[in-house]
Amino acid sequence: MSMRQDLWASLRGYVALAVLFGGIYSLFVLGVGQLFFNHTANGSLVSYHGRVVGSSEIGQAFSGPQWFWGRPSATTGANGKPQPYNADNSGGTNYGPTNPALIQEIKANMKLYKGIPPSKIPPDLVESSASGLDPDITPQSALIQVPRVAAARHVSQASLDALIARYTRRPWLGMYGAARVNVLELNLALANGAK
Amino acid sequence: MSAAGVLGILIFLAVLFALAMPMGKYIHNVLENRVHWLRPLEDWILAIIGPAAKKEQTWRQYWRSFIVFNLICMLITYAVLRLDTYLPLSQGVGLGLSPQGPHLAFNTAASFTTNTNWQSYSGETLTYLAQLFLMVLQFITPAFGLVIAAVFIRGLVGRRDTLGNFYADLVRSLVYIFLPVASIGAVVLLALGLPDTFAGPAIVHTLQGAVQQIDRGPVAAFETIKQLGTNGGGFFNANAAHPFENPNPVSNMVLILLMSILSTSLVFTFGAYAKNRKQAIVLAGVTAVLYMAGTAVVYWALVNGNPLIHQALGLSPVSYEGLEVRNGLPGTALFVSTTTAYTTGAINAWHDSLPPLAGGIPLLFMMLNTVFGGKGAGLLNILMFALVTVFVAGLMVGRTPEFLGKRIERKEITLATVAMLIHPIIILAPTAFALVHKVGTSSILNPGFHGLSEVIYAFTSGAANNGSAFAGLSTNTPFYNVSIGLVMLVGRYLSMAAMVAMAGSLAAKRIVPASAGTLATDSWSFAWVYLFVTLIVGALTFFPALALGPIAEHLVMMGGAVK
Repeated sequence: MSMRQDLWASLRGYVALAVLFGGIYSLFVLGVGQLFFNHTANGSLVSYHGRVVGSSEIGQAFSGPQWFWGRPSATTGANGKPQPYNADNSGGTNYGPTNPALIQEIKANMKLYKGIPPSKIPPDLVESSASGLDPDITPQSALIQVPRVAAARHVSQASLDALIARYTRRPWLGMYGAARVNVLELNLALANGAK
Repeated sequence: MSAAGVLGILIFLAVLFALAMPMGKYIHNVLENRVHWLRPLEDWILAIIGPAAKKEQTWRQYWRSFIVFNLICMLITYAVLRLDTYLPLSQGVGLGLSPQGPHLAFNTAASFTTNTNWQSYSGETLTYLAQLFLMVLQFITPAFGLVIAAVFIRGLVGRRDTLGNFYADLVRSLVYIFLPVASIGAVVLLALGLPDTFAGPAIVHTLQGAVQQIDRGPVAAFETIKQLGTNGGGFFNANAAHPFENPNPVSNMVLILLMSILSTSLVFTFGAYAKNRKQAIVLAGVTAVLYMAGTAVVYWALVNGNPLIHQALGLSPVSYEGLEVRNGLPGTALFVSTTTAYTTGAINAWHDSLPPLAGGIPLLFMMLNTVFGGKGAGLLNILMFALVTVFVAGLMVGRTPEFLGKRIERKEITLATVAMLIHPIIILAPTAFALVHKVGTSSILNPGFHGLSEVIYAFTSGAANNGSAFAGLSTNTPFYNVSIGLVMLVGRYLSMAAMVAMAGSLAAKRIVPASAGTLATDSWSFAWVYLFVTLIVGALTFFPALALGPIAEHLVMMGGAVK
C-alpha cells in the first residue's frame, strides 16, 4: 500500500466520520432534546410577568436588599473589566490558596455582610464560584440573609425561613452533591408574592 | 470527610467495575470483528474508505496509516480554525468573533488531534461550526488510542505476522463502541437538563433589570463525547463547572462515569485477549487502589481547606473558591481525581484554586500517567510498566523475564525505556526553560511556589495528553502555544511509536510454555512489585518538582507564613 493510497483512504474516512458525528449524531441529539426535553434543551429559560428574565440554571447578579444574593462572580466583560455573572464569558479568579490576592478578594466580598460575625458567614457566600455563574448557594447562606430581606420586604423572618426550606434541594440519594438553594428561583418566588 | 461522601465514592467504584467487566469483553468482540449489529453503517464507511480497509497490515503499515490519518485530522482542523467565522453556518460573525491566529490554531489543532484538549482559548470564542469540527475529533481521537492499544495487545498475546487493519479497527470501534455509548449518554444528559440547541445566545433582562447574554449551543452532544472520549475540551470556558455542562449532582456523577468507563473496560479487554481474567483483575485492582488513594487525599484536602483564610479573616477554612456549590466536596474531589487519572482534562472546579495537596494529586496522576489513563494510551502505559516490572523482578530473583509467555529481551526493554523516559523529559525540560526565561515567567498569575506549580502543571497536562489546566497561567502566547503544542505531539506519538514497534517485535516471538522458572504475573505479589515500580520510577522522577510546587506550598499554608 502506498503513501498516496493512505492519504486518500484517510481523507475519505475523515469525511465519512465527520458526516456521521458532526452531522447525524449531533442532529440526533438535537432532535431528541428539542422533542422530549424542550424546556431544558433551550436553556431552562424562566419568565416573570410574561418576560424572559433568565435561566434557572444560570446565576444572575442581585444587589438590592430585597433580594437574596448569590455567590461572588469573577467573570469579566469583553473589555476585560469585572462584569459579574457574564454568561458570555464563564470563569473564576484562579487565585491560588497562598496568593495574598485571594485573602484581599474574600475580605472585599465580606464587606457585604458587615453585621455578621465572620465565623457565621458560610464560605460559599464570600468566595468566588468556578463558573462565575453558580446558580446556587448553601441553605445557610440563604438563612443568614433573611433579616435583611425580611426588613426590606416587610415580611416575617419565619415566613422566609419556611420559603428557603421549601426551595432547598437535598443531595441525591443523600450521598451525591450538596444541599442548595437556587437563588433565582427563590427570588422569583419572592417576586411572585410568596410568603 | 463524611460517611455519606465516602460511601458514595465507593458505590461509584463498584458500579464502575460492574459495568467495565462486561464492557471490556464487548470491546474485545468488537476488535475481533465479531460484532455486527450496525452492519449497514459499518459497511458504508468501510466502502467509502475503499480497498485500504481490507488488507491485514504489518506494524509498520498500520503505523503509517495511523499517522497519515492523524495528519489529515490536524490539517483540516487547523484550516477550519484559521477560517472560522468566514465559513457558512458560522454564528460568530454578528457577535464580533474572529478566527484563531497561527500559533493558537496550531496549538488547538495539535491539542484536539492528540486527544489532549488543552485550551488556550475560551470556548465562548468559537463558532458552533468550529465546535462541531472539534467534536468530530473528540470521537475519532480516543478511537485512535484504542486501536493502538489493540495492536499492542495482539502483538503481546499471539504469534502472528500482521496485526490487523487500522481503518477497519478504527471504523468498528467508532461504530460499535463510541457511537452507541455516546448516543445513550447524550440522551441521559439531555434528560438531566443539559441544553442542546443551535439557536444563538439568549438575551434576557434579569429580575433586577440588567441585560444578560446567556450563551447556549449543542452542549449535550458535545459534553457526552468530551467526557466519554477522555477529551476534556469544554464547550464553555468554565468547562464542567459551567451549569449548562453540568447542572446537578446526578449529571456530575454521570460525567465522572462517562470519563472512566472505557479506559477501565480496556483493562478487561486485555484480560479477554490474554485469556487470563485474573491478570486483568490484578492490574485493574492495583490501579484502582492508586485511584482511590488519590481521591481520598483530594477529598481530605478539600475538607481541611485553607487555614490561611481562617487565620486572616475568621471564616471557616473550608474553601469554596473556584468550587461550585451543587457538586459538594466529595463530588468535586472524585471529579478532580478522575479527570486527571483518566487524563480527560475536564474540570468541575478550578484546580488552580484548590488547596495545594488537592492540586498536587492531579499533577501526580498525570505524571504517573498509568492510573487507567486515556483511551488506549493509559493501557499502553500500564502494560509498559508491567513489562518493566517483569524485567526488574526477573533481575531480582534471577528468572527469565517473561510476560504472557513472551520473552522480554533487549529490544523490548529498550523500547519500553524510551517510552517511559519521554514523559519526564518533555515535562521537565520545557518547564525548566520556562522558569528561567521571561517568555515563560511573564504568564504566571500566582506568586511563589504556586507559580511553579502552574508552569509544571501546564507541561505535564500537555505531555499526558490531559488538557486540564492550572488556569491562572496565561498560555495564549506564542511561546506556550508552540511549546505545549510540540509537547503534546511528542507525548502522544513518540511513546506510541515505541509501543507499536515493540508490538511488532513481540508478535514475531514464539510463546514459551510456563515452567517452574516463570514468574507469575497474575498474582497479588506481582501487583505489589508493579505498584512500587510505578511509584518509584513514575513518582520519584518528579519528586523534586512536586516538592518545590504543591508540597512546599502546602507547608507554607499550614505554617501560615503568608500575610
